[in-house]
Amino acid sequence: MKFAYYPGCSLRGTGRAYEDSLLAVFRALDIELEELEDWNCCGATTYLSFDELTSYALSARNLAIAERMQLDIVAPCAACYLVLNKTQHYMHDYPHIDQLVRGALKSIGFDYKDRVKVRHPLDILWHDIGVETIRSKVKAPLKGLKVAPYYGCQIVRPYATFDDQYAPVSMDRLLEAAGAEVVSYPLKTRCCGGSQKGSLPEIGLDLLSYLLIEAKKCGADVIATACPLCQFNLEVFQSEVGSRQRPISMPIVYFTQLLALALGAPFSDIGFKYSVVPIQPVLRQKEIACA
Amino acid sequence: MPEQVTTSENSVRDPARIGVYVCHCGNNIAATIAVDEVAQYAAGLNKVVVSREYKYMCSEPGQAMIEQDIRDHGLNRIVVASCSPLLHERTFREVLSRSNLNSFYFQMVNIREHASWIHDNRAAATEKAKDLVRAAVRRVALHRPLEPRRVPIDPAVLIVGGGIAGIHAALTIANAGKQVYLVEREPTIGGHMAKFDKTFPTLDCAACILTPKMTSVGAHPNIKLWTYSEVMKVDGYVGNYKVTIRRNPRYIIEDLCIGCQECITACVYKAGKVDDEFNLGLSKRKPIYLAFPQAVPQKVVIDPENCIEFKSHRCKKTCVEACAERGAIDLNQKEEIKEITVGTVILSTGFKTFDPRRRPNYGYGRFQNVYTSLEVERLINASGPTGGDVILRDGTRPQSIGIIHCVGSRDHNTNRWCSKVCCMYSLKLAHLLKEHTGAEIYNFYIDMRTPGKNYEDFYDRMLDEGVHFVRGRVAEVSDWAAHPSEKGKLIIRAEDTLAAFVRRIPVDMVVLSVGMEPKEDAHDVRRMFNVSCSSDGWLTERHPKLAPVNTLTDGIFICGACQGPKDIPETVAQAGAAAAEALSLISAGCIDLEPYTAKVMEEVCCGCKTCIPMCPYDAISVDEAKQKACVNEVLCKGCGTCAAACPSGSIEQNFFEDEEIFEEIAGVLTHA
Repeated sequence: MKFAYYPGCSLRGTGRAYEDSLLAVFRALDIELEELEDWNCCGATTYLSFDELTSYALSARNLAIAERMQLDIVAPCAACYLVLNKTQHYMHDYPHIDQLVRGALKSIGFDYKDRVKVRHPLDILWHDIGVETIRSKVKAPLKGLKVAPYYGCQIVRPYATFDDQYAPVSMDRLLEAAGAEVVSYPLKTRCCGGSQKGSLPEIGLDLLSYLLIEAKKCGADVIATACPLCQFNLEVFQSEVGSRQRPISMPIVYFTQLLALALGAPFSDIGFKYSVVPIQPVLRQKEIACA
Repeated sequence: MPEQVTTSENSVRDPARIGVYVCHCGNNIAATIAVDEVAQYAAGLNKVVVSREYKYMCSEPGQAMIEQDIRDHGLNRIVVASCSPLLHERTFREVLSRSNLNSFYFQMVNIREHASWIHDNRAAATEKAKDLVRAAVRRVALHRPLEPRRVPIDPAVLIVGGGIAGIHAALTIANAGKQVYLVEREPTIGGHMAKFDKTFPTLDCAACILTPKMTSVGAHPNIKLWTYSEVMKVDGYVGNYKVTIRRNPRYIIEDLCIGCQECITACVYKAGKVDDEFNLGLSKRKPIYLAFPQAVPQKVVIDPENCIEFKSHRCKKTCVEACAERGAIDLNQKEEIKEITVGTVILSTGFKTFDPRRRPNYGYGRFQNVYTSLEVERLINASGPTGGDVILRDGTRPQSIGIIHCVGSRDHNTNRWCSKVCCMYSLKLAHLLKEHTGAEIYNFYIDMRTPGKNYEDFYDRMLDEGVHFVRGRVAEVSDWAAHPSEKGKLIIRAEDTLAAFVRRIPVDMVVLSVGMEPKEDAHDVRRMFNVSCSSDGWLTERHPKLAPVNTLTDGIFICGACQGPKDIPETVAQAGAAAAEALSLISAGCIDLEPYTAKVMEEVCCGCKTCIPMCPYDAISVDEAKQKACVNEVLCKGCGTCAAACPSGSIEQNFFEDEEIFEEIAGVLTHA
């Protein structure tokens, strides 16, 4: 099993923990990744707000590179995953966009045939590898660790390609396979505020506090995410949320970090060193090794 | 001296004397096309004797002008440049007939739909009109005289679909003394209306007004009712349709069953086992069942997918025992094929309701107390799963209820159209739910649409009754309690666009007012009966205003919700109209068909048989003695497929002869 790996900017920036742990998980499960050669911005946020067409062209170039490699593309960042999907949908649905994007690709030597599938790691682990295989490879089950699975919006909406739009379960099942106890978290696909925290700070903070307080109420020790922006928002603004209500301290980790830990990857190699809210106290309390 | 004009074959290709008439159509054409310029231009074309323009060519003075010119100038070919031939071709052909000219010496040019309405550049539109007129002038010179084919109308009528539309049409025609075949796919007639509790705005009970009509259908000597049956194949043409119908085995001999239902009581299953379709799965039925108490016909059905005997052949067959005396149960019954001939067909195949799983943010299927409006009709109905007591799936009685409008309507993600009935039935359900439960009721609407007799009064009444209205499309239904008061409730979140803030309203029950959609097999129906469908899947009428129940295929009519969303009064009105159209044809006794049939030029035909499989109407055979193809004119519908397929070009189609078409093309392309 082999995929073209598209890290995007996040996994080389604030989402380093995601990349480190993802690579560890895929290694442990013998999934081969070949990094997209000379990849570029996925076209998210900035481009999408100013010039949609440029955004689709940028996104399509990445798809075209993967097609040349004859591999499906795996996009761990939720924003990358959405924009790549959106580009494919828009090229399919709107002939004028298709024409312009293909024209742009042609001018740099790509004859794009639309043969690439955009995959999310949750999708691959759940559908291609399977919960049973993962369970059988778990070396250090996360026994007793209560996890709130938080999917965010972008990987399930509007293109629910591999899981339900409002009640997804892929991450739940994978974390259960890793031995964790998954709490019932009703806000698992609710908005984290995205970049509202920058533009409308009060509203952004409201949205974040719902998520954090509800996770606490559900009895979660930790929130698992699949999106670098969700992870960042939930983690770094906890003091602000806490100053409005009761102080809150909740480790926010990537689901891949928990899987990697269960699959026996060394604690020090899977990105926990980048955490703002450390997970070690919780793990120690549950007697899960984190040396 | 005007040259003598005859319609005999001898006059083929007599020297053409052409009259051209360019219509203003008020301003419809004249606003965009320089009509005078076109007429002037036509006057200079070869063989054109007269060319005129007039404000309304279709008016009586317009028609009289043509007749006068035919007399005065000995015209023998006429070209009218005006609107679509669908509207007035017949009008002008009659003008020719009245003047003793063969009516096919006529060509119509559509400079309205094909030019003035779709262009805004006057000069270019005028040039285009000239091109089209030139093509028609060159073509019409070659027209041959043709005679329409007159075919008799078989007085029997096939009606497909036994909802209220089909029921009403069937009774109207049967009461007029004509034979009706009513074919229904389900085991009973009644359609959606039979499932409704009460009807808006009068609140009369749906069953009370429907079931007498159902019973009449079942008992009418002129109606042959075939339920649990489907149309398999349709051949022929107006006046003479040959229809093949499959009667699915219900494993009951209909003539023997008296509907006593003792077999159902005797079934080895002591309680229901399978989701009851009539109650939309809110209750269970046995594998042997009667759809509902007033089903017509009152004949039980066995569902072989769930009956033990069919699955394992090890059942005690207590049902057969219970019916031993009458012997109405026949477990070896096979499907039966019926072939009938009818002159006309009425399609009343109905609609389906939107599946709200396609709008997952409303939680249908995820939260058990989210219902569709149709489910609620059953829930409040005295013969429904709870006997009319509103008990939710979790066993509780609701104290607050949210009704969400436009689920699967006016929505660019699902269906864009307004389903037209949902505002009114939501009001009706609000009233009935309040009456049954005393609950607080919240309606969430985008716009209230209540056009219809006494409909607005009903809306006012609901406002007086204290039903709450929130103007805003609901964003989501969730079970997340942001506040302790929301615990255990379903929370409806919507922007109240009148108050300009986001509301969260916790309720016990959510009703989704689902929209109407074309049936999933609307396209199969379209193909089988050779009618057209909009891209959405609704069957298309011949003209939206003036031929609302006709289709482009003669003798096939449509009525009810298969044509688009509509309520019961409108459906019944359409059904009556469709019945009247069918009766009108039957009374006339015969109909003229276009003579556009194909003909084989035997001297060129080499008998290769390429054309034979191409013909969709089995109208071509091979004369074995001569080894030539030969066309049965009665069966030929003039589709032209054979003429296009013939490798030696030896099939020509009347009115579409190669010469005529080439001349027309040359006319469009070459500036004379």
